[in-house]
Amino acid sequence: MSIMKRLSLVFRAKANRALDKAEDPRETLDYSYQRQLEMLQKVRRGVADVATSRKRLELQMSGLRQQSDKLEDQGRQALAAGREDLAREALTRRSGVQQQMADLQTQFASLQAEEEKLTLASQRLQVKVESFRTRKETIKATYTAAEAQTKIGEAFSGISEEMGDVGLAVQRAEDKTQAMQARAGAIDELLASGALDDASGTAKDDITAELERMSSDSQVEVEMARLRGELGAAEPRGQLEGGQPGAADQQATREQARPEERK
Amino acid sequence: MIVRILGEGQLDVAEGSLDELNTLDAEVQQAIEGREEERFAAALTVLLERVRALGKQLPDDALVPSDFVLPGPDASLDEVRELLSDEGLIPG
Repeated sequence: MSIMKRLSLVFRAKANRALDKAEDPRETLDYSYQRQLEMLQKVRRGVADVATSRKRLELQMSGLRQQSDKLEDQGRQALAAGREDLAREALTRRSGVQQQMADLQTQFASLQAEEEKLTLASQRLQVKVESFRTRKETIKATYTAAEAQTKIGEAFSGISEEMGDVGLAVQRAEDKTQAMQARAGAIDELLASGALDDASGTAKDDITAELERMSSDSQVEVEMARLRGELGAAEPRGQLEGGQPGAADQQATREQARPEERK
Repeated sequence: MIVRILGEGQLDVAEGSLDELNTLDAEVQQAIEGREEERFAAALTVLLERVRALGKQLPDDALVPSDFVLPGPDASLDEVRELLSDEGLIPG
């Protein structure tokens, strides 16, 4: 038997089992309607869950984008400071971050497709449930239990098949979002641990530390030069007043000794 | 005849197309039996495209069971095997 026939029988069998269990088919209608409303709730929750996951991915992608920009900046700064090794390190990390971004982009597209599918499924189910409710009321008002049995068969099988389909879609979406949440958690940890550095910039990565050290080193050099300049201007007088020549600078000592002798 | 594509809804397809669809379905079936994932995905894609091209979407408020049910385009071979083997899998 063909796959498509066998699958349809799998769905049909499920509906028939539910129908066979019922004493009064009119009660089955009410019970089924309750189940339909529950399924409608479930699929709507499914849509919301997928949307939440999608938004989380969006946040992470923007975090990674900032990270990538920052690493490029660092590479530029390092290169300007003549530190090719540091620039290379920054760009290597940037390519890692970009790989992660590409990965997330794929997941994002897949979640978006899932969200669209579920939204459509939920709309379809809602219309069908409403249609079923009308049919159910008509059948209950018009037929005896015995008559109703033959009347509800098709509508019941129809909605039961739809419920099975939607139920499968919700399950698939749940599996997908769960798998994605696990991965998203890992990326959150990476972003927080400093291996990828936090987008908020609170954690300091080693490239930033090195660049800051370099910049503070050069700042120190500037300060040193300034101090030397000041000292250079003040030294003769300072040494005069101090009277104690430093052993470190013999030349200066001798030069400073002379005016003292002249005095 | 009514054909459901899981996750997409139901379509009305003319009876005359049954032979053609059965031929395409046989290819899917062989791929499943041989556990050939790539062949399965390719065959399923062809079958689904044909059904979509031949069929006319049923209105949303229709309440009819399908004569045929097909897996959705991103279904894996294992998922279809499970669906076929275990009736309890289908929720709802």
